[in-house]
Amino acid sequence: MATTLAPVLTDTLDAARSWRLDTYRAHGGYEGLRRALTQSPATLVETVKASGLRGRGGAGFPTGLKWSFLPRPDGGPRYLVVNADESEPGTCKDIPIMLGNPHALIEGVVITSYAIGSHHAFIYLRGEVVHVYRRLLAAVDEARAAGLVGEDVLGSGFDLEITVHAGAGAYICGEETALLDSLEGRRGQPRLKPPFPAVAGLYARPTVVNNVESIASVPSIVRGGADWFTSMGTPRSAGFGLFSLSGHVTRPGQYEAPLGITLRELLDMAGGVREGHELKFWTPGGSSTPILTAEHLDVPLDYEAVAGAGSMLATRALQIFDETTSVVRCVSRWIDFYAHESCGKCTPCREGTYWLKQVMHRLEAGKGAPGDVELLLDVSSSIFGRSFCALGDAAATPVQSGIKHFRDEFEAGMHTPAWELFPYQASSVFGVGAR
Amino acid sequence: MTATTAYDAATAARLRADADRIVARYPQARSALLPMLHLVQSEDGYVSPRGIALCADVLELTAAEVSAVATFYSQYKRHPNGTYTVGVCTNTLCAVMGGDEIFERLADHLGVGHDETTSDGAITLERVECNAACDYAPVVMVNWEFFDEQTPAGAIDVVERLRAGEDVAPTRGAAKVCTFKEVSRVLAGFSDGRADEGVGAGPRTLEGLRLAREKGWTAPELPAPAPPAPGATKPAAATKPAAATKPAAVAKPAAVAKPAAVAKPAAVAKPAAVAKPAGEQPAPAPAKAPRAPRPRAEAGSVPPGKPQSGAEPKQPGKADAKPRSATRKRPTTDGEKD
Repeated sequence: MATTLAPVLTDTLDAARSWRLDTYRAHGGYEGLRRALTQSPATLVETVKASGLRGRGGAGFPTGLKWSFLPRPDGGPRYLVVNADESEPGTCKDIPIMLGNPHALIEGVVITSYAIGSHHAFIYLRGEVVHVYRRLLAAVDEARAAGLVGEDVLGSGFDLEITVHAGAGAYICGEETALLDSLEGRRGQPRLKPPFPAVAGLYARPTVVNNVESIASVPSIVRGGADWFTSMGTPRSAGFGLFSLSGHVTRPGQYEAPLGITLRELLDMAGGVREGHELKFWTPGGSSTPILTAEHLDVPLDYEAVAGAGSMLATRALQIFDETTSVVRCVSRWIDFYAHESCGKCTPCREGTYWLKQVMHRLEAGKGAPGDVELLLDVSSSIFGRSFCALGDAAATPVQSGIKHFRDEFEAGMHTPAWELFPYQASSVFGVGAR
Repeated sequence: MTATTAYDAATAARLRADADRIVARYPQARSALLPMLHLVQSEDGYVSPRGIALCADVLELTAAEVSAVATFYSQYKRHPNGTYTVGVCTNTLCAVMGGDEIFERLADHLGVGHDETTSDGAITLERVECNAACDYAPVVMVNWEFFDEQTPAGAIDVVERLRAGEDVAPTRGAAKVCTFKEVSRVLAGFSDGRADEGVGAGPRTLEGLRLAREKGWTAPELPAPAPPAPGATKPAAATKPAAATKPAAVAKPAAVAKPAAVAKPAAVAKPAAVAKPAGEQPAPAPAKAPRAPRPRAEAGSVPPGKPQSGAEPKQPGKADAKPRSATRKRPTTDGEKD
């Protein structure tokens, strides 16, 4: 096997009371902060740039570069906002990190705030995970009591407040400008860009918005240096990341590995597709990334190679579906999701998801009309690239990629219900097809 | 603002005091609105007209502005909620893995559909969207606590125990599921002292780590800590990462004997370099942990760090302070949609 796992953020999760400050410190926690405070902010930005860390929230934008876009200090406030609104279907990495290792995030927040000159940072957590919220609140309290957050952090003269904020259930708030509107107490709808958050973000002030895993990776980069980080991964997709296997796999779970590992390698580690079944299709990074099939098992899971295969690495949310699964059913349900979560701000997404949903429902029920597949492609192409934010593109994606790989199943929806072609019980873990 | 009087004086005063504490967390008061709506639910079990009026009054908004926000988010209830929200994930992956069947069986059993409440007021049943626990599918959330790897029979057992007034523990969460109102108060940002209850990680979360321990796989070793810059820091840090408040952790590189660290026998000299069972020191490079970067086919054809894909917005950026000549990158969507 070419690639092995590289636990960093998950490395302490098997320790007793892993979420506590003393546990974190016993494993080197806050060493990165201590070191960061001896360096200039500009040096830290350069280190993170040199590490090649790319945003772990989906888009893969270089994190250090994002930081460097902030305008020069003008004496007014600037903010760090952590996007902890993890809700892309299939994505389940940030929540377990925050539940079991919240201090990795808090330490990253302090270092990043110091690097970008922010004195008030926010963690925007989705509201539907109350225990994670408890752990984050407690972690900030612990850090404050230990002088790691608050006034004069570790005697450095640097002050930082952290506010942990719970959202209230809206996928769109994972889009960074919608998140900012939501954090300002408004409906979570995306903003027109430009101006970008670096220039006019929270309260129209310069703001960096980063994903949880990105920020939680920063302390290790400060401790290990850019070379340490780039010793993992591929030249343009450096470092480690959590790969989240779910679905029809023997041992679903979190596998922290260098970028560039393949699904074949990960499946080997996870015991393979559930016994007696074979891989049919999968998502590399959640439902918003075009589905792939068994022919892509050896595609290196880095940004470039997955893009080369016609999809996106995004959040490394590897949802595995075996041959019992109806593609039409899956796409139909994903479209339900996008229609439900469309914020309504722009017409292509609001109306387009509504119409896609109608067509997908009738195809799933075997009541499709002639021309429905063409209609789906037409509607989805009217959404893709024409909507206000990426949610619209995301909604078009499963339809387009589903038809690309499994067009015959969509055609069959004109006469046969999906549940007859693929009895649903066979797919469930407690159905007839189960282990 | 008249409806504010719908709370009795003592309740109104208490809620306003809480609201003031929420407002104090933010540079601008309006940011307090979402937590304040959670606070209203902690009192009334839904976003009530009087709660809307209170928020409007405190934040100097109109009731219409508050309602517009409240109706946007799915956690805010428009009618009185049951004591427990039982949310079955029926997004694609959980649905396929059995979530659809769980929802149907629960709906049959309880005699209610989506967003409906049992006549005893105990259970509000919901279909919920992906709750970021896909490796534990099919997932059921009860008052936003995780019930992992559920079955129809198991879910029915959970709701029956809840209706009977028993304490029910989630698989990953507090020692017991709290009521909707209690949880709403936590979501308003008021701790309930339960953070230390429950596990740090469930078995699926640990799946990769367990395998890494078994095989002796680790991330490349972190370089040794540099000597602290003179005068840089004081109380906590001066020596080793561990130092600081915790007596137990004071040790030093030598095998840290924290009980916490049991899972990784000996070793812990260099935090995070650990993980090799019994490896006193990281010399004998494990299987192949520090892997050299693999050359990739297309390496070099595009400038490094080129963001890709549909997750990026479309318009060419120019708002940035200083567009780099060669790479006009925009600080955009790290978390575009997750």
